[in-house]
Amino acid sequence: MDALIAYAPLLGRGALVTIALALASMALATTLGALGAAAKLAGGAVARALAAAYTTLIRGVPDLVLILLVYFGGQRLANDIGGALGWDYVEISKFWAGVLSIGVIYGGYLTETFRGAYLTVPRGQAEAAKALGMRPLATLWTVTGPQMARFALPGYGNVWQVLVKSTAVVSVIGLDDLVGLADKAAKSTREPFTFFLAVILVYLAITSVSNALLARAEARLNLGQGR
Amino acid sequence: MDIWLPLKHWDLFATGVWTTLVLTFLSVGAGFFIALPCALAIWRKSPGWRLAAGYAYVFRGTPLLVQTYLIYYGLAQFDFVRESWAWSILREAWWCALIAFSLNSGAYATEILRGAFQTTPRGELEAAAALGFTPRQITWLILLPSALRRAAPQYMNEIVFMLHGSVVASVITIQDILGAGRTLNAKYYVAYEGFVTAALLYMAITFALVGLFRLIERRYMRHLLPAREEAAAQGAHLGAPTIVG
Repeated sequence: MDALIAYAPLLGRGALVTIALALASMALATTLGALGAAAKLAGGAVARALAAAYTTLIRGVPDLVLILLVYFGGQRLANDIGGALGWDYVEISKFWAGVLSIGVIYGGYLTETFRGAYLTVPRGQAEAAKALGMRPLATLWTVTGPQMARFALPGYGNVWQVLVKSTAVVSVIGLDDLVGLADKAAKSTREPFTFFLAVILVYLAITSVSNALLARAEARLNLGQGR
Repeated sequence: MDIWLPLKHWDLFATGVWTTLVLTFLSVGAGFFIALPCALAIWRKSPGWRLAAGYAYVFRGTPLLVQTYLIYYGLAQFDFVRESWAWSILREAWWCALIAFSLNSGAYATEILRGAFQTTPRGELEAAAALGFTPRQITWLILLPSALRRAAPQYMNEIVFMLHGSVVASVITIQDILGAGRTLNAKYYVAYEGFVTAALLYMAITFALVGLFRLIERRYMRHLLPAREEAAAQGAHLGAPTIVG
């Protein structure tokens, strides 16, 4: 317990890294999901095929495998390219390798979430906007977007909850996130149970706060739906 | 990238595939037997249901990696654990992984089964009671057969989820598929071969499992399929592929 108090500031910093990692990954996943859904719904043959390949293949790869491949493979690639061009040693960021891997994986799931939500908006809504002369982006922002949000939110929240837990494995490549720092503290104090239990509690807190916020957001988006 | 290198060490990956599959299916199997009493207790609000609900909440709300660390590294902190008979099991990475994965899978399965129990049409149970079925008969002959079928699609999802989660085993030295990839990379000081091979193997197993599940679904759960399509049309979040979480 004393050790835990002594290491509390360090773990706090680790928790901030974990939250930053989750938020940055979610931002990338959201972008990729939006692009993927746009490609599937409105893209040409090539864009549709690419989006289909992306969402299908990414579902087959476990997060840690992609993280190791991006980090160690990316490092080797950077060394090879750097060596050929005569650069100094380039070091791949662990944080951004994690963001890239996790963002790409969950972007595949969000593609399906967004696509499914868009399909629930009646066609007439987009057609009416077009008839009024609205441009596609304005239509999405003011007409179809708000209507699909209600259907996208449960899936979006689900992906967020899974993504947060997924960030833990980035510690395997040596990132000093909550899990990585707790592992170091556990080794130097020889109190692994204390520290990993503390980590469990921090993740539970993140999950519970996310749950509460998502429930509020859902209640707000469903206002006027009479349920 | 040298494509012959993984092929030359095919036996390493064959062992890895076997280890991954055994670990995944044993965990999901053990998880089912943990989940069944927990889900029943929560659904019936029988004594101790809060404990079961708490277990499911904690294990679903935290990363599998940390749960595995807590069991594999954490328990060694206590002298009474190290001096007990259980130590011969708890010092083995393989057993710790199996225990952690089973508890994790059991927590997700609890939620899946609880949901399936809750959506059981009340009339089915009332009709059975009216015909004089005992509570035990209602559970085994009416509730479970109908709920398990409704839970099956999500349960199949959970198996794929566990397959992907099982990569955590390689972090605690187990030679599963990813473990084989890491060993290969370390041995030859290469960066791509082992990981790419592992990724392809996980993909192949995932798609094989999904294909198998589709066949099973079409064969044994035909009567449920139209209803699911209707549900998909009503709400995207019901129809979109979900990840258990």
